[in-house]
Amino acid sequence: MSDTATSATADLKTAFDAMKDAGARPLRQSAWDAFSREGLPNRRVEAWHYTDLRAALCAVAPLRAAGPATPALARERESCRFVVLDGAFRPDLSDVSALPYGVSVLSLREALACGEAEILAALAGDAEDPTLALNAALMQDGAVLRVSPGCVLERPLEFANFISGGAARSVFTRSLVILGAGARATLLESFTPLERSGSQENHALVMVLGDGAKLDHVATIAPQSEDAVRVVSLLATLGENSALNSFCLVEGGGLLRRQIFATLSGVNADVSFNGASLLRGRDHADTTLVIRHESPGGKSREFFRHIVDESATGVFQGKVSVAPLAQKTDGAMQSKSLLLSDGASMNNKPELEIFADDVVCGHGATCGRLDADQLFYLEARGVPKPRAEALLIEGFANEALERVKDEATRDALAARVAAWLRMREAL
Amino acid sequence: MLEIKNLHVSIGDRKILDGLTLTVHDGEVAAIMGPNGTGKSTLSYVVSGREGYDVTQGEVLLNGENILGLAPHERAAKGVFLAFQYPVEIPGVATMTFLKAALNSQRRARGEDELQTPDFMKRVNEAAARLGVVKDMLRRPLNCGFSGGEKKRMEILQMALLEPRLCILDETDSGLDIDALRVVSEGVNALRAKDRGFLVITHYQRLLDYIKPDTVHVMAKGRILRSGGPELALELESSGYKDYIGEAA
Repeated sequence: MSDTATSATADLKTAFDAMKDAGARPLRQSAWDAFSREGLPNRRVEAWHYTDLRAALCAVAPLRAAGPATPALARERESCRFVVLDGAFRPDLSDVSALPYGVSVLSLREALACGEAEILAALAGDAEDPTLALNAALMQDGAVLRVSPGCVLERPLEFANFISGGAARSVFTRSLVILGAGARATLLESFTPLERSGSQENHALVMVLGDGAKLDHVATIAPQSEDAVRVVSLLATLGENSALNSFCLVEGGGLLRRQIFATLSGVNADVSFNGASLLRGRDHADTTLVIRHESPGGKSREFFRHIVDESATGVFQGKVSVAPLAQKTDGAMQSKSLLLSDGASMNNKPELEIFADDVVCGHGATCGRLDADQLFYLEARGVPKPRAEALLIEGFANEALERVKDEATRDALAARVAAWLRMREAL
Repeated sequence: MLEIKNLHVSIGDRKILDGLTLTVHDGEVAAIMGPNGTGKSTLSYVVSGREGYDVTQGEVLLNGENILGLAPHERAAKGVFLAFQYPVEIPGVATMTFLKAALNSQRRARGEDELQTPDFMKRVNEAAARLGVVKDMLRRPLNCGFSGGEKKRMEILQMALLEPRLCILDETDSGLDIDALRVVSEGVNALRAKDRGFLVITHYQRLLDYIKPDTVHVMAKGRILRSGGPELALELESSGYKDYIGEAA
């Protein structure tokens, strides 16, 4: 290991020593041991080939005390919101006194202190990744939500992660949502800096869907400063006949790795992961997903649109693996990128790993520029070129946004895309 | 209204238009007929301002103003409208969003107030009803999943909405069955007006049975070789283009 890597590991060890007695010691210790075996991933690790986290984290920011007592927090839409600020669950800022019927919430600290076996097992997850292990070793706080079986929630639930500005800080959060059998809910998830900073964030959300449960999930990752390093993971386990429809809007900012680990463990489970990323400047955004079909009749759809401008870099790695048992699996993955400048780059790596013989699985990845015929068509109708380009880019993003079922949420996402494009048009 | 004077156009080293001269008056429907590969589509693109064509000589005047230096959207705002031979599909862009952007961009460029949504909707719905454009088409992304006939109807709907001064119809009959051809032609005929000129580009006489031209021009090898009245189109239908291909060679 190089000196900087040694120093980063030493800083992380200091953080671990500070956190190891904050509940679930065995879980933290085994996670730390798993992390220590590999250290921070670099490009020699296959799953991290396009994103060198070790180089980006040569100086590890310290864990800091919780943020401001009474921050002004933006609210985009009506929801039952749980706020995590600078890595601490904040009941005082959350809607804990008006929980919908059938929903219970604990902070991660409380949940770890209770030590309930089901919760601990769910929190541990079964995905193998050094940054996830690091997250489990150092998790500071988060929200643990349970939705009772059969409960149908009208009002969306929301996990809102806020990060204060100022000196760079490290933040590790882990949250959990368990949907009982037949429960239905919408979960919004947001990552928003109060002021931009070079934060080093590692967030994990674990979802457990019981048999027949249905969850719509919409995440937004707001822009952060150029020197920020963020890893945002989603782990999902799906029971029989359950369905998860997930969307994420990435607005870049520094280095971002979004990773999804989904396991379709029950028969006829159905997942759909969709997303759009808007990258400019020197943004580096990596979306990596691993979908494991473990039972028959599963269906998985992945649909991503990447818009890459200036000197930004996009990465998409999608792996769909089908176990021998998982006959009649139906999988389709699509990743399309739009490169808006000569300095923009995109790395696409779709992968299928199929051990069953009666399956339909496909993938497609394309990378291109704005279409000259489409552009001329719009211009010939009177639309000036910058606006015509914006319409086409918006249209490209819309193809992914259309996968979001709720109209109000879709409109809010479209407004963010439009705002991003206005900055481009203004140049 | 439209005067094209001695127009020479190349793509790279290849000469496409070779001294083309043509005038279309206010209220006139001028048909341009000619064999494949004579530069008919190039003419429509050069007049509407597409990039990639080198104009080496000549002028294109719209109401006396040379428009060759203008960007496509500026020409559109001055009243140039090209009905495409192959209207492009634009996934993700809602038809209504596109129509509103086009209409209001042109209005802004002319210093007019933008249309507000209720007024805009009213105009679109009226034009759609006249042209048999069903609501479902307006709800879809632009031209996506449309049949050939539906795409052409959408072109005419745009023409009706944008009220151009000069309409260029590039092989509007291609890919249309008889019923669609009739609907599209009726749409065009309804837009004939004394302050609006039409340049109808076609291979076949058939379209001109529905859209009756005032003048017919035979184009081959990059220029107009003969001009006449509607009878010229009938003559071409029986004799073909072979005389003209020979003449120009």
